[in-house]
Amino acid sequence: MSEETAEKTLVKEKKAEELLSRRRKKIIADPLNDDNPITVQVLGICSALAVTTQMKPTLTMAVAVIFVMVFSNLLISLIRNLIPTRVRIIVQLAVVATLVTLVSEVLKAYSFDMYKQLSVFVGLIITNCIVMGRLEAYALGNKPYDSILDGLGNGLGYSWIILAIAFFRELLGAGKLFGFPVFEAMGIQSFPTNGLMVTPVGAFIILGLIIWVQRAKTGYVEH
Amino acid sequence: MQQSNTYIIVFTAILTIILGGLLSLANQGLKPMQDKSIEIDTKKQILGAVVDVSEMSNQQILDYYNGTIKSIVVDYNGELIETDEKGSPIVAEEVNIPKNFKQQPEDRQYPVFIYHAEGNDDAVEAYILPMYGTGLWGPIWGYVALETDLNTIKGAVFDHETETPGLGARITEKEVQQRFENKQIYDENGNLESVYMLKGESNPESALDEHHINGMSGATITGKGLSDMLKSYFSYYQGYIEKVKSEKSVASL
Repeated sequence: MSEETAEKTLVKEKKAEELLSRRRKKIIADPLNDDNPITVQVLGICSALAVTTQMKPTLTMAVAVIFVMVFSNLLISLIRNLIPTRVRIIVQLAVVATLVTLVSEVLKAYSFDMYKQLSVFVGLIITNCIVMGRLEAYALGNKPYDSILDGLGNGLGYSWIILAIAFFRELLGAGKLFGFPVFEAMGIQSFPTNGLMVTPVGAFIILGLIIWVQRAKTGYVEH
Repeated sequence: MQQSNTYIIVFTAILTIILGGLLSLANQGLKPMQDKSIEIDTKKQILGAVVDVSEMSNQQILDYYNGTIKSIVVDYNGELIETDEKGSPIVAEEVNIPKNFKQQPEDRQYPVFIYHAEGNDDAVEAYILPMYGTGLWGPIWGYVALETDLNTIKGAVFDHETETPGLGARITEKEVQQRFENKQIYDENGNLESVYMLKGESNPESALDEHHINGMSGATITGKGLSDMLKSYFSYYQGYIEKVKSEKSVASL
């Protein structure tokens, strides 16, 4: 059942492998750049466009996605040999939906403003292709610890991209960072903010530029 | 590997029970904190109609609210009601406005939040009226503060459940809400006129007067829902508004 879904690069595990062996470091490092979920696999674009107008909600979203990815990967990996093949997608969905609802409830209790601001986007983590993609491609065929690392790596890969986009959008669109007026603090009173950056179009442009820079450096080409 | 149908059914049943149990546990555990968050949020919105609350901490909001807001509940005719049919006291903050909305206007309870100088509830500065209506996709609501002449709008806050981000959801933006400030709800003859959002964003100056403000482009239906909500709630509160006005003219004689 797992052969078809496991990644091809699966290496046979030796006994008592180091906690952070080279192979495991690669599991975390790959999604940060060479195999980035947003810029290379082009997954999770929706939320990358929608939540990135300001740094603060973006950071909350990033933490939420990392949490959901790590724990869904762990849970699915733990029960991977019990999951009936025919209903595996539904099982994955149920686990992800439960974790997302938990995140949403915690936000509602402890950070109501953030809950209101992010409301539908937190719910939409359920349909974020990165989460389901990793469950299907990795957690179903790998051991729990490796799956945690894979979830963490992909979560971080997603996070740094949306944080980078939010950085430029908030800076150029509102002249602020985390709500702090950067340009005013530097003594520039009349910084011309760019309204385009506040709209999703601005996110597209910045994402495009990030992909351009990244591919120019790594030499990656679409096949 | 093909599993039997029985295995699949048992597996999914167990999974459902575990996940469902987990969720209801979390819901129960977090309920008190969530209720407190909602209470603070409501008070923040009420105060938001008259002062800038964005810099206040939660505790400051609660303290400021206790010091400056006197809340009462009136009926359709503007008469003060203090107890419900069963005789238990009514608290304005606990009046469920969406639930009231389902009843006939004459049967509803109407809370009024009176904003006054800190610690002196005779020095009234504004009357804050809660409102509730329908936008494009779902309910919208808000709090509109009237000056002591009960005609000029001092400030307004609006919120929504499911309006489109960037379009209808803009009713939550300060910039849109500020358009209502200093508008009048009565015409020169003392008839209720309310305030309307026009279609589109850049209407000519001539189209804008004390009863008309710029709308939101791409959100005409939300704007219309907002106008309807204001119009109907001002008319529901008319009983109370008339009563306060007549009390004032008696007092000034």
